[in-house]
Amino acid sequence: MLSTAILVATTLVCISLSLNLWRLFLGPSRPDRILALDTMYINSIALILLFGVAAGTRLYFEAALLIAMLGFVSTAAMCKYILRGDLIE
Amino acid sequence: MKAQPRFRLLPMPGHSFLLFIVWLLLNNTVAPGHLVLATFLAIAIPLMTSGMQDPQPSFQKPFAIIRYIFVVIGDIIAANFEVALLVIGPAKLLKPAFVAVPVDIEHELPITILASTVSLTPGTVSAEISEDRQWLYVHVLNLSDEEELITSIKQRYERPLKEIFQC
Amino acid sequence: MEFWIELIVSGLLIVGAIFVFVGSLGLAKLPDFYTRLHGPTKATTLGMSCLLVASMVLVTYQQGYLSLHELLIGLFLIITAPVTAHMLAKTGMHHELDILEKTENKALAERAKDRMAP
Repeated sequence: MLSTAILVATTLVCISLSLNLWRLFLGPSRPDRILALDTMYINSIALILLFGVAAGTRLYFEAALLIAMLGFVSTAAMCKYILRGDLIE
Repeated sequence: MKAQPRFRLLPMPGHSFLLFIVWLLLNNTVAPGHLVLATFLAIAIPLMTSGMQDPQPSFQKPFAIIRYIFVVIGDIIAANFEVALLVIGPAKLLKPAFVAVPVDIEHELPITILASTVSLTPGTVSAEISEDRQWLYVHVLNLSDEEELITSIKQRYERPLKEIFQC
Repeated sequence: MEFWIELIVSGLLIVGAIFVFVGSLGLAKLPDFYTRLHGPTKATTLGMSCLLVASMVLVTYQQGYLSLHELLIGLFLIITAPVTAHMLAKTGMHHELDILEKTENKALAERAKDRMAP
């Protein structure tokens, strides 16, 4: 049962990643693209976690944490950049 | 020249506690060595960084905080089923709206918590705060009644926050 | 493996993945930027929390000790999701993105852009 659940969950997360990619490609405005990128960061954390569960290891925890932090900081930096045209005033 | 403040071992007790817990969680252990290291970090980092802190109103009522957290978690789960149904349903049925919610709290920390809570709960995202901190602009995914939304935000989230921070 | 543990973990994994999917579906299909903002902030955050709790339960069962460090990622996501949404909404207003025609109180976005009272 668990392996089936992991398979279904991974499929769903991969479909959502491609939906995000579609929005990133299409996104009429720049904020849309940033939002799509931010969601992709979070979905990739989900994918890494699922892989960790499937492989039965907790080595990937640090990678997930790092992606979460870098994702937040880069989203904030990109927002700030297109909001002001400058990062540090 | 500003008077030198009295030396305190724990200038920010809340932050020290948080650092202690986070260090142990990061290493996922309660081994004695890590306990000692966590204690050291919990004392040393606040000593070095306390000068950078802006004064914030402190938490007054611990039980009110716990109740607030549970209310918010319940609302997040309820909100998600609501949003999931709205997203799956046809987009024509949505009635999006901007709403300006009057805010009575003045300090930065409670307003930040209020705005974050509003973003996480039923169909609302906080978009902007007016410069005088009197109005919170909120985008609603599916508005049924503006008055009802404003009263529910004020009753459910703002009043407990006022009670917690005593302001 | 015990049946109940497996059931709980599988259920949480499926529910979490469905919420993550709904968040991305909202991002892909909703009509304007402000409505798109709702999906990833709420649904994706809850979906991730479900996946993290599932991982926590499984690791605790397999390794035989209480594993809580997944909570850190969950807390981090819950704290940062509203901040990201707020900054993106601010950016959208600043760029005067198209707002859906039927949105009520469209004029408020103009006032909010300059951070004035309505």
